[in-house]
Amino acid sequence: MHKAGAMRNGHLTNTEVKRHYKQTCRTKSALLDVNKRPFYVFPYIDENMVRCFLIHTICPVNTLGPGESRVLYSRVFGPDDSPQFGRNQERSPEEKRLLQKERLAVVARQVRSAASLSREAWGRVLVEMVPGEEALALQEADGGVLRLRAGDPFSAEVSVLWVAVQSLAFALVCEAHENLLLAEGTLRNLTRHCLEHLHMLGSGSEVLLKSDRIDVLLSRLLPHGQLLFLNHRFAQSLEKDMASYMAK
Amino acid sequence: MYSHGSESLIKQAREIREPELQKFYSRLLKLLPGKEPGHETVDSLQRLHLILSATKYTRSLPPELQRRLQSLLSSQVEQLQVLCSAVLRETLPPPGQDENHSQDVSGPQNSHAASLLLSQAGSRADLSSLCAQLLRGLESRPSEGLAHSFTHSLPVLNTVLSHGPQSLTEDHITLLSKKLVDWLRYASTMQGGGASTGGFFTGPRSRQPGPIAELDGTVSGDFFTVLCVGQGFTEDQWMNVYSFSMLRHWLLTYHSVSNGNTAVDTDDRSEVDGSVVSMVSVTSSSSRLLPPRERLREKAFQYCQRLIEQSDRKAQKRSDTELQKACLVEALCILDTVCVEDASLVYRTFPCVKALYGRLSPDLSYARVLLPIAQFYLNHGEMAAVDCECVWVLLFGRFPAELFNDPFLAHELLRFLRQNLEDLQLRVPKYIRSFPNLLKFLAWDSPAVVEDFVDLLPSLVTAGTAIELLHSLLDLPCLSATLVLQLRSTYLPISESGGHGLPSMEAFRSPSFRGLFLFMLRGESGSGDTIDRLSKLHELLTGAADWPRVIQCAQTVPVLLHVYFNTVVTIADEKLLSHLILVLLERSGLLLNMPKYIKEIHRVFSCHLLRLCKLRPSLVVDQSHELLEFAGTTANVYSKEEMYTHVVWVLGEYLSVSRDSRCSVKLITSCFETLEVVLFEVTSSAPPPGADLPAPRVVTTLMSALAKLASRSHDLIPRVSVFLSKLRTITKGGSVPWCADEDDLVAIVTRGEELWSLLKTPGVAQSVLTPPPHVTTPQGHRDTNVAMLLQLRTLTSLTHWHPH
Repeated sequence: MHKAGAMRNGHLTNTEVKRHYKQTCRTKSALLDVNKRPFYVFPYIDENMVRCFLIHTICPVNTLGPGESRVLYSRVFGPDDSPQFGRNQERSPEEKRLLQKERLAVVARQVRSAASLSREAWGRVLVEMVPGEEALALQEADGGVLRLRAGDPFSAEVSVLWVAVQSLAFALVCEAHENLLLAEGTLRNLTRHCLEHLHMLGSGSEVLLKSDRIDVLLSRLLPHGQLLFLNHRFAQSLEKDMASYMAK
Repeated sequence: MYSHGSESLIKQAREIREPELQKFYSRLLKLLPGKEPGHETVDSLQRLHLILSATKYTRSLPPELQRRLQSLLSSQVEQLQVLCSAVLRETLPPPGQDENHSQDVSGPQNSHAASLLLSQAGSRADLSSLCAQLLRGLESRPSEGLAHSFTHSLPVLNTVLSHGPQSLTEDHITLLSKKLVDWLRYASTMQGGGASTGGFFTGPRSRQPGPIAELDGTVSGDFFTVLCVGQGFTEDQWMNVYSFSMLRHWLLTYHSVSNGNTAVDTDDRSEVDGSVVSMVSVTSSSSRLLPPRERLREKAFQYCQRLIEQSDRKAQKRSDTELQKACLVEALCILDTVCVEDASLVYRTFPCVKALYGRLSPDLSYARVLLPIAQFYLNHGEMAAVDCECVWVLLFGRFPAELFNDPFLAHELLRFLRQNLEDLQLRVPKYIRSFPNLLKFLAWDSPAVVEDFVDLLPSLVTAGTAIELLHSLLDLPCLSATLVLQLRSTYLPISESGGHGLPSMEAFRSPSFRGLFLFMLRGESGSGDTIDRLSKLHELLTGAADWPRVIQCAQTVPVLLHVYFNTVVTIADEKLLSHLILVLLERSGLLLNMPKYIKEIHRVFSCHLLRLCKLRPSLVVDQSHELLEFAGTTANVYSKEEMYTHVVWVLGEYLSVSRDSRCSVKLITSCFETLEVVLFEVTSSAPPPGADLPAPRVVTTLMSALAKLASRSHDLIPRVSVFLSKLRTITKGGSVPWCADEDDLVAIVTRGEELWSLLKTPGVAQSVLTPPPHVTTPQGHRDTNVAMLLQLRTLTSLTHWHPH
């Protein structure tokens, strides 16, 4: 008799199972809880190439909660993901900005969780690397891809590619149909350049104070979020150009 | 890599106070007019960017500063462009900015200014005017100086196309299609000016060192593509790269621009007026007469064919080998797109795709290229009457079996399955048969792919696979452990076996257990639901229970079981449901020894056992023998509390003539006696050594079940009453060996007294404890006579509330 209640509670539809799983198994924020999610689920088809690129921490940061991540650099390509031309037109630019930052935080948390689980599964022991060992650090880096469902937190489904170097992760959020082989190569290339040009294996804060360098890298290797088919000659030509910017 | 210094910088940036910030703004304003930005200017702008971007709330700049930054976007110094663009992207666009850039006829001066425009485009009008400007720029013959605006135009247009295809007009489409044809097919085949000049696209074109080369170093004999190399590149060669990079997206989305305005455009000036004159006019004359879109499709087709040819060359650089693969993927996707649009191209494309499949299929390092090939076969194989079987053998056979640990392949293959689910279910029987193989992706990297399996699993549940699939899911942690062993055994030489302290590895290599592991690693279903020596396998894998990968895997199983049961009830007949109940009972005691996992699985089993029985109460009579056997085993009280409670409740609730006419007095009595023995045993002595005390819930559930059964066969009432009165007497002393908590004991006794008093009036007891089924249906509320029963039932359930 009291079981009737238990049964109601225990009986989950598949949608509820997905939701339940999200709440329990992974470290996700209230933002992803379908019931608490604010107001940006909308029927809006979007096929932009690469949505964003970000660099964030995957190590514990003492001022943050467990599972949280500090976004050190983020770049969103193209206009805001929210529908500008529609029923939500009244949303203020401040709100849009806030939502965008929240979305990036969600990606960072997801990547952090994926990277930690992957390292745990492989039983990886991290070896500290020093500036000059960028190529080795990248070679040793973990990497992977994760899927974020439509509306969770982007309007359409996306694939997030990530590379975890030591305590930082580099992530590309790609549209689901994107050429992931090309994206993977681009992400590794970007990561290598970031590590080198911002001396990220050291203890400085250039990633915060010289973010214009990352902007320049992106403008050449991933202009406006467009993945490019660059053979080594094209890549060399761009590298020279980027190096001359960094030298200034 | 991430230092305290960085953290405190972020903190400072967030906590900066308003007066301090204002001072900073005015200092910056004084610095900015400088023609050559000094170190201090650059440093201040960098800090300003950090201050603005470190918070998720918006800060607004003084209007004067904002204007100054805006004007510096067109500075000659790139660093200023970059920094101003970055700073302004973090602020709000000033009101009335739309008109500003609409008036600026030449469009954004550089890529950084364009990215600011894009990020702040607030309306369709903004995007439309941006498009118009960029296209005007493309139309005019480029002068050397404007090269910059040229290269960023295509990515910007592509972005606009994704965000607001309505911003482009039919004329825009025609123009851009023509331009793309020029760049794709007629880019210069001579090398660009020496790369030594170092500028970005600004190398002089005066000197042309020679023809372009292929990736293997031979001189290229055909038109330029992204797989051609030279010492330097001309502008149109750069545009070739940009054009191909955006081509697929363009082909996929340019339809959404016009709505059926397909008036044939016979105007074909592009060949004549085209900004780039072809160096090798090898184009077929017929294609010149095609309207621009069809022409672009034709050129895209040729370009992809050439890429496929070029990818057969041995690249001198490893990075170029990777690029070849990425180009193949892109080319195949584009070919698929153009074939979907124009079915007549299928016949021209298939020979080439087929040959490519033949070339690549033996080499698993090309697995990710084979996925778009599979997509092509799936989309067009039927039409071209091509046998696809070999593709599926590879995709569902070797890929999961040998590449289960490649996260990217897993992601892409599972995405392929999700996107083509209907077709695969309908046309590829091998898909469902291959579930043991597909589960390897899940067993290996559960957290990354569980979302995909939540979507895919329902399609794998059929009447034929249901039981085997259930066993496979329950043994997923074993599969995970087996895969770890399989991978490790390929790394460790045989001679070292045992040296690593892994008994499971020795077992894995031992011929006597080979059969067990081979069953785990089987590629297809149909060789039996499970194996006889499963407990042996569990024993061999005991050591794996604390491997992180196995634990991660075990955590996902309950989720998938819920999905499984939710699906299986929609397809199962009576026979299958009965079978499922047997499997639940059997497997509740046959799981890999991971205490948390076992507990979770019991919880899921219990939940779905109830659902199954509620759905078909006759199942309880059908399976009464097995259910009674389970309920009559006292050990289950201690080791499977959750399951046990639910089985007892199901027996008490559903063994009733009102649920199933086959339910005889004999059956009720036999059930009663079975439960009575267990209840007596549990409440008369301490638990066996090593076991916990029985949960109070088990005791109350047993009591309720006995009372329910007695209310249906009144001869049994005295036996319950005797027991209940005895219980009261025993517990008067205050402590019993089977219940440590006093409150629990009080609750149990109270429950006993309630049941006892209810049974004193058998008529009432029967209507309360076994109401006719229609009472619980919603109509019951309307009939006041029946509603009475419902109220009583509610009251009973309230009084039966217990502390656990």
